[in-house]
Amino acid sequence: MRKGKNMLEIKNLHVKLEEEDKQILKGVDLTVEAGKVHAIMGPNGSGKSTLSYVLSGREGYEVTEGSATLLGEDLLEMDPEERAALGIFLAFQYPVEIPGVGNMTFLRTAVNAQRKARGEEEISSTDFLKLVREKAKSLKIDAEMLKRPVNVGFSGGEKKRNEILQMAMLEPKLCILDETDSGLDVDAMKLVSDGVNALRDEGRGFLVITHYQRLLDHIKPDVVHIMADGRIIKTGGPELALEVEQNGYADLLAEAQ
Amino acid sequence: MSAILSRSIKTKPSAARTTATEARLGAMTAGATAGWSVTAREAALARVQSMGLPQPRDEYWRFTRPQSLVQAEAPAAALFDAGEAPVFDEIDRVKIVFIDGVFSAADSDPLELAGVTIERLAEATSDIHWAKDLYGVLEERGQDPVERPLAALNTWAATDGVLIRVSAKAEKPVNLIYRHESETSDAMLHHVIKLEEGAELTLLENGPAAARFNKVLEVDVADEARFHHVRTQGRDHERRAATHIFARLGRESLFKSFTLTANGVMTRNEAVIELLGDDAMAHVAGACMGDGREFHHDDTVFVTHDALNCESRQVFKKVLRNGATGVFQGKILVKEGAQKTDGYQISQSLLLDGDSTFLAKPELEIYADDVACSHGSTSGAIDEEAIFYLRSRGVDASTAQDLMTIAFLAEALDEIEDEALREALLERLTGWLERRRG
Repeated sequence: MRKGKNMLEIKNLHVKLEEEDKQILKGVDLTVEAGKVHAIMGPNGSGKSTLSYVLSGREGYEVTEGSATLLGEDLLEMDPEERAALGIFLAFQYPVEIPGVGNMTFLRTAVNAQRKARGEEEISSTDFLKLVREKAKSLKIDAEMLKRPVNVGFSGGEKKRNEILQMAMLEPKLCILDETDSGLDVDAMKLVSDGVNALRDEGRGFLVITHYQRLLDHIKPDVVHIMADGRIIKTGGPELALEVEQNGYADLLAEAQ
Repeated sequence: MSAILSRSIKTKPSAARTTATEARLGAMTAGATAGWSVTAREAALARVQSMGLPQPRDEYWRFTRPQSLVQAEAPAAALFDAGEAPVFDEIDRVKIVFIDGVFSAADSDPLELAGVTIERLAEATSDIHWAKDLYGVLEERGQDPVERPLAALNTWAATDGVLIRVSAKAEKPVNLIYRHESETSDAMLHHVIKLEEGAELTLLENGPAAARFNKVLEVDVADEARFHHVRTQGRDHERRAATHIFARLGRESLFKSFTLTANGVMTRNEAVIELLGDDAMAHVAGACMGDGREFHHDDTVFVTHDALNCESRQVFKKVLRNGATGVFQGKILVKEGAQKTDGYQISQSLLLDGDSTFLAKPELEIYADDVACSHGSTSGAIDEEAIFYLRSRGVDASTAQDLMTIAFLAEALDEIEDEALREALLERLTGWLERRRG
């Protein structure tokens, strides 16, 4: 329905750490359209993860200049839960373990909180269970994993699959995947990628942050950006990822100097 | 052995202690002057006079000011109506109601339950009674090595209570309900429960009881008997309470006690448990939520292992905010010869702000060489990382904090075996958190 429309618009975004005088993002410009998959690649410390945290509303960062909007709404003034209700979803690089909170309770609380924020009815227990089971099955998440406390005792692959399950349940407008491939073996990578690909549709945008090209073999991007030292230094098609894979970042960095 | 357990060196009570003790005793009378309990009551009075009531500098009262529990007049407590159904209403049980410490026949069920005899202390006035072997007896055992004068005071002056003898597996729980309807009431109840070999009972307690409440519960758990105890207390009332549980466990018996406290100005819960038969198991747990500078909650637990292959667990969790104070004094004493003891003790607090305080004194004292005992005590703030994770999924900040609070208390709540009871308490907890928001 919003095909071709700008989903996420970031303009000249400058971000520093709140606690120390350290500038992380130094003028990021980025537009993600509905229905498109954008990948951001870059060396360690380039600001990729910071960008994902700033968009999802984590504390500890200060925006000193620029703007970021989702569907035309100013993200930067919103609480994390408001952003989530509007449609932002961040798949964490390191999903957090929450002892004592059952995975099912967590999922259901999240789904209903977002429905409530959007003025919708809460989902019934039966519908919820049916939905979870169906989505969990395709991600090979068994009933036992759903019963356990959130991410507690999960393997690296299980944690990432659990992130994708949450994404599938919450049906966000913009999915940000932060190094989702880290810690995954080949089989897990395929499961996770299939899960992500199943969510691709015309009304949804993706921002896939990754260090390596291999994830992009599975989740094929429409646009690839190279980020370095807090800026996007180059933008291109899928071939750009292959270039990085073959030559590393050194040439691109030198080129940008 | 005797040297270790001998009472701390006894000196004459100080003048201040004597004055305070006399003032309190002068304002009270013995709970009965005839019948089987008189001997125990007189002996208890002598114990109080000899020990004196707790004073601020006593080692065992280092973290809790005894003044309001000791003084002659009960401090007034405003009444409070949370506007919700009593916690165990959904549970099929025998209700026994005390209003400000006075039995209410009109609100109570008939004191009948198959395999169980239930009597009121105030009505058991004959000269001979089975409870004579327990009333004040377990309390007196519990005075060594640490004095508990408020319990002895109770044995002397308790006006009522229940005497429950269980000879089979009780088909439903007995629920003692303590209603608070007078702003100045000063109630003292004493219960005795005897579980015969292989018997089983669940005891439920709820309600704020009185402006000031002093309660003693003596439980004798015979071989292979099982006792479950679940109580809620406080619930936003200004009331003050000092409670004691004295339990004695036989071979292969089970004792499980769980307490949920939500506010109440001052609470001191003492539990004194002796494992005397081999292969017995005792679990004492508590979850408490305190809000405000006035709030003070003290769990003082003493578990003695005096038999082979017994297990004990102490699990206490406190959530404190806006200047509230939580105290835990827990001890595991493993006597010589109590081999293969498995003792566990954990006390943790979740401090929701920088104003709140948690004071813990975990102790192990072990005289056997083949035991596994562990203890831990922590105090920490809420996990901000987890809060952000929840919020990033659309859960608002207060709900995220409540979820984390319940998660923190879960280990203690899991000590309740019965699922319906656990659910009832969880609902209680959730309701309290919701009302306390913002």
